[in-house]
Amino acid sequence: MNAEAKPLPFPQRQYAGTSVLRERGQREVFCGLTGIVWLHRKFQDAFFLIVGSRTCAHLMQSAAGVMIFAEPRFGTAILTDRDLSGMADPNDELDRVCATILERRPEISTLFLVGSCPSEVIKLDLSRAAIRLTERYSPQVRVLSYSGSGIETTFTQGEDNALNALVPWMPDTDERQLIVVGCVADIVEGQLRSCFERLGIGPVHFLPGASARQLPGVGPNTQLLAAQPFNGTTIRALCARGAHLITAPYPFGAEGTTAWLAAAATEWDVSTERFASVTQPLAARARLALAKHKTLLAGKRVFFMPDSQLEIPLARFLKREMGMELVEIGTPYLDRKMVSSELPLLPPDVVISEGQHVEKQLDRVRAAQPDLTVCGLGLANPLEGEGLATKWSIELVFTPVHGYEQAADLAELFARPLVRRSRLNV
Amino acid sequence: MQLTIWNYEGPPHIGAMRIATSMEGVHYVLHAPQGDTYADLLFTMIERQYRRPPVSYTTFQARDLGGDTAELVKNAVAEAFERFKPEAMLVGESCTAELIQDQAGTLAESMNLPTTVVPLELPAYTKKENWGAAETFYQLVRALLAPVIPTPPVARGPVPSDRRPRVNLLGPSLLGFRCQDDIVEISRLLDQLGVDVNVVAPLGASPADLRRIPDADFNVDLYPEVSRTVSAWLERSFGMPRTTAIPMGVNGTRRFLAEVATLAGLDPSRVEACEAAGFMPRDPTRSRLPRYSRSVDSTYLTGKRVFVFGDATHAIAAATVAQEELGFQVVGLGTYSREFARETRAAAEQLGVPALITDDYLEVERAIAAAAPELVLGTQMERHIAKRLGVPCAVISSPLHVQDVPARYSPVYGFEGANVLFDSWVHPLLMGLEEHLLQMFRGDFEFNDAAPPSHLGVATAPQPIEAAQVVVAPGQPTWTAEAEKELRKIPFFVRTKARRNTEHFAVERGVANITVETLYDAKAHFGR
Ligand code: SF4
Ligand code: SF4
Repeated sequence: MNAEAKPLPFPQRQYAGTSVLRERGQREVFCGLTGIVWLHRKFQDAFFLIVGSRTCAHLMQSAAGVMIFAEPRFGTAILTDRDLSGMADPNDELDRVCATILERRPEISTLFLVGSCPSEVIKLDLSRAAIRLTERYSPQVRVLSYSGSGIETTFTQGEDNALNALVPWMPDTDERQLIVVGCVADIVEGQLRSCFERLGIGPVHFLPGASARQLPGVGPNTQLLAAQPFNGTTIRALCARGAHLITAPYPFGAEGTTAWLAAAATEWDVSTERFASVTQPLAARARLALAKHKTLLAGKRVFFMPDSQLEIPLARFLKREMGMELVEIGTPYLDRKMVSSELPLLPPDVVISEGQHVEKQLDRVRAAQPDLTVCGLGLANPLEGEGLATKWSIELVFTPVHGYEQAADLAELFARPLVRRSRLNV
Repeated sequence: MQLTIWNYEGPPHIGAMRIATSMEGVHYVLHAPQGDTYADLLFTMIERQYRRPPVSYTTFQARDLGGDTAELVKNAVAEAFERFKPEAMLVGESCTAELIQDQAGTLAESMNLPTTVVPLELPAYTKKENWGAAETFYQLVRALLAPVIPTPPVARGPVPSDRRPRVNLLGPSLLGFRCQDDIVEISRLLDQLGVDVNVVAPLGASPADLRRIPDADFNVDLYPEVSRTVSAWLERSFGMPRTTAIPMGVNGTRRFLAEVATLAGLDPSRVEACEAAGFMPRDPTRSRLPRYSRSVDSTYLTGKRVFVFGDATHAIAAATVAQEELGFQVVGLGTYSREFARETRAAAEQLGVPALITDDYLEVERAIAAAAPELVLGTQMERHIAKRLGVPCAVISSPLHVQDVPARYSPVYGFEGANVLFDSWVHPLLMGLEEHLLQMFRGDFEFNDAAPPSHLGVATAPQPIEAAQVVVAPGQPTWTAEAEKELRKIPFFVRTKARRNTEHFAVERGVANITVETLYDAKAHFGR
């Protein structure tokens, strides 16, 4: 695609920097350990060992549900009094636990040691342990470490830290290639691959892919496209290896997906005709599917509590494609680089809040009486109890919502609570 | 370090949350990092509570650690007091805060707030959820009753004759097993016996209610995992006797009522009058268990091998009911409640089976596999173990899954509770005749021993239809291999619908060959 024919359907307005409400207080957000819930399904050859407390194990089982029937590829090494009092050497203990896991799961080729609040407070150095264990088990097994602790990370930052731990193991390459960064559902990956193929963009790699061992290369001719807004650390690490980030809005909704693909198409000099012939039918079909949800959602007022970092792109989608009004967009933290293409698409007077003081924020929710509040499961039923409709946000992370074919599914997730309320008569 | 995946109990502060959330007018300030707020969803989701747990988390972060985390505690306590004006305030720490040693409870006490402040020290690296619940309940009751502890000797005289005897029902809490329904059932039975309920706690009680505990004549230890610490203290300090029988099953309920009658100074023959659950009960609103269990169709239950695991109270009682009242053969009994190991061992010995005391679910799984039971009575963890082993299972104890909190009235205590036990234990089994037919015609392709019981419907039954087996009717569109492959990526529970819709769509448009495109065209067309 030549430079003058960029198909970006957006005003290229500079984002002036809406004032951001920064808050400090009680947060009602998961810690980064939670990312293991989806990452351990994505990587089929990796095991996640949390080094933490009974609380960490309990979080995992409450968040994952004990509905995972197969033995999951994660576990917790619970610190006990013996480890804390110095009766046992935590490093020896860790070696013992890792040996048990690797014995039981010979198919595992990557073992992640995941740090938690307790392991960090007692300054247990997991990165050194990882080096030691890699020496012992290589070449069969690679041992990596990252932090998923609640004192360092929120919810989706766990994925960022896990991917970041893989970057040093990616080989060098000079090949011209695209890496899509951020975990997407398998079905989404398939659809996006076929889109890129028809556009003539490639080779394309996904990070994370099905393997934590077979990693794509990275180098000066690598272009990055972020599928999720929360992988800023990984993106920076890849850029430090020479890669370039193609900034784009995120592939939520028909418009977002077109803009996302267009950004890559521009890099690859895809002709306008070719781009249009590939994307127009898909976008049209997505818009058709979105139309029925728009009837319901347009004009409704939505409030985002901070949760997954998806709040800003999703708010943009709901505002621009569904015609919803944005009362407040809460986000656990604002990584401006990662949302630089999103912010200019939001209304200039939008209220963005960063961090959380949950009681004050709930006061604002009550005062605003939004038509829909997007929040975590701890808050959803209590708000319903106050007569407010809610959408529990974790579903937005656990459901395929990217790309054209899922655009309507995404809209439907927001429409369903409203539809349900209008149906119920009890 | 102890390697685990699934756990029977959470950390002790979850037990404290169960007490605070069960009660009215209590607030809990927890010195903890943000991630620990996940615990709220146990109450809002599993118990479907429409109010937030009354818990404030200090939410300290790494960058606070060098600085003043103690100040964070004080702010959180002050803010929580200002906002919620609790009658009593619990202040404690989760595992991480315990390591940084801010002494949150002591800090809060030093603030001299005009409310009862109860500092909690719940060692997170040695103790667990039920212990935390029992300890919190005890600390709270003791703090509230400290001013009125009588001077010894504390022995009480007989119940005065001018009023009905009064008891407290101690131990029911949120995330406990069927507690809300049990207390309805037990209160009704006690009323029939002529005994009043003074206070039910912690569930539904306020600190003011706890202050009235000594007004009762004695205590009913309904869920000893939560109540035994406090009832033992009340016995020592206030001379209040306590019950030991667990009213589960017909016999358990009888024993319980007899014990209550004795403690209340009532004529034990009143128990006879108040329960008509005999061989041919006169009053059908009482337990049907004896009649059902003796009915000839139940003979197929005889000697069914059953493995029982759960909290000690429910596991021991369930094993006894299974053996005595349903005629099963108990082949294993165990608990994760180490605090009740002695009681469990004694019960197992009586049943002539080994006792399994462990909180390692893999060990439980091995024991179940080795015992080869035909039915497992357990927690939601055993449900998964049983599913893997292909054995039917009924849940009798916490930890719970949302489906173990039924909408209908389903106590497990009392005579009505016995009915519930009969139904929920017999339901997962194959019906007698069906079992015989299965033995006779093992080869039948849709009626074989891998098939689930037919009365359980198809929810667990459907085997994925392989593409090759699908017979294409004339005039029906065919699926390209690619489209078929794409279809299989759709979650199984909506796949059939997606297939049907797509074919419908293709027929309507005269499309003979379903491609991936057709699949998505149809998806967009039908929406959801
Ligand atoms: S998260 Fe919900 S659905 Fe999943 S296992 Fe827990 S209760 Fe069940
Ligand atoms: S916040 Fe910290 S202690 Fe709590 S579950 Fe997460 S890592 Fe574990």
